Amino acid sequence: MNLWNRLMCYSRRRSPWLFHMNGGSCNGCDIELIASLTPRYDAEQLGVRLEGSPRHADILCITGPVTHNAVNAIKTVYGQVCGPKAVVAIGSCPATTNVFIDSRTLDGPLNRHIPVDVFVPGCPPRPDAIILGVAKAAEILAERAAKKIPIDPVVMPLVGPPCNGACACSTPNAPKSTEEQP
Amino acid sequence: MNLTTALARFLIFPGLLFAVPAAWFFLWVERKAVALMQGRIGPPFMQPFYDFIKLLGKDTPPRSGVGGLLMKLWPLIAVSAAAGAVGLLPVLPSSGGFEGDLILLLALLELPSMCIIAAGFSSGSIFGEIGSAREAALSVSYNVVFLLAIVSIAASQHTFRLEALAKLPASPMLWLGVVAILVCLPAKLHINPFSLPNAEQEIYSGPMTEYAGPELAMWELSHGLEWVAATGLVATLAAPHLTLWWLAALVFVALSFAVVLLLSVIAAATARLAIDTTVRFYWQCTLIFAVLAISSALFMRFRS
Repeated sequence: MNLWNRLMCYSRRRSPWLFHMNGGSCNGCDIELIASLTPRYDAEQLGVRLEGSPRHADILCITGPVTHNAVNAIKTVYGQVCGPKAVVAIGSCPATTNVFIDSRTLDGPLNRHIPVDVFVPGCPPRPDAIILGVAKAAEILAERAAKKIPIDPVVMPLVGPPCNGACACSTPNAPKSTEEQP
Repeated sequence: MNLTTALARFLIFPGLLFAVPAAWFFLWVERKAVALMQGRIGPPFMQPFYDFIKLLGKDTPPRSGVGGLLMKLWPLIAVSAAAGAVGLLPVLPSSGGFEGDLILLLALLELPSMCIIAAGFSSGSIFGEIGSAREAALSVSYNVVFLLAIVSIAASQHTFRLEALAKLPASPMLWLGVVAILVCLPAKLHINPFSLPNAEQEIYSGPMTEYAGPELAMWELSHGLEWVAATGLVATLAAPHLTLWWLAALVFVALSFAVVLLLSVIAAATARLAIDTTVRFYWQCTLIFAVLAISSALFMRFRS
């Protein structure tokens, strides 16, 4: 690999521009995606920029279980993103259609329609999980553009909230909630 | 000798070799300042450079016919005009050669926004057309004030030569003009509170909606060069006259940086205004000062 290709690969990894698309989502994952750009998580440190136009984007972030109405829109927008590109499916819905499974209004999951590179599980996933998924997608995109490797979907690990001792997983002598039922 | 100095000014300082890294640096300063004002850490130092390289490596959608050709052409014209404007800035003390004058500089500064208007219309996207219409309305508004301010500075000195204008001693007249130019710069650079043409979340990306890959990279570069040219114009007008060339260059860079910082902080602290408010702001509030400036300049000229 010569110098120019190495610089290009490095730049692609460092500058993922996102286009966010809702495929019939309940808006939970959409809120978390926006939260990953807020001061608390600050995805711009990785060069992430949320773009208004799919023409500018490198990574297509899709939420929702893919309703019949959304299928054509998703295919059109996937075609409008210029290569090299990657797709991140945010949340459990695009991966499995989640609690809406077998609904007659759905045409999911997402990888029946377009190739997906990274699945970020969670309902909704935490913003740090989304940032991790986007970083992974940028890496995959840079590698694939350089070496022409086939698409192989990656499922990111589940990132949960820190345990506060109130859940079932906590130790038996952890303090229980003091609130009484009225 | 004259040709070599002119070429050196265009290619090295303050021309391309200085202007392109400065453009990326100013774009970074803008993003970083906004991030710091919002309590974030913000993008890494090399971010605009990575963005530029990445965009060069992206595909563009196939385009055919005259429309497609024009869409490829507009960003190139915008970049060359902005680079030419930077090259003309009278930063270093004169050493002969082609110097150009204020009229050429103003034309070159105006060309990128003309290209943006044409680009939005030739892209055929509805959002591009809305963005172009807004850019045209904005351009008609701020340019009256911008041109009157510059003409008032020039009229008080009886000259359009850039070299003479750079040597101006500080006077109330000059400062009034510089303030009027500063008020116009946010609109010229499409940053908040006058980021109407490329209003994100509102009309996608305005005139740039259909652009991709290397063409978009050229637009980013031309935006950065516009930053360098516009802040450089303020810096050359406000800088004291120095004979040492390295000191003059240093003062130029420091003043440009200060103006970029000021504009970025204003951009981070304000929200986008609606088009009617913007037009009213320039035609009702700011025009008074510009008319005041030019009438006092003409008055001073007749008295002297």
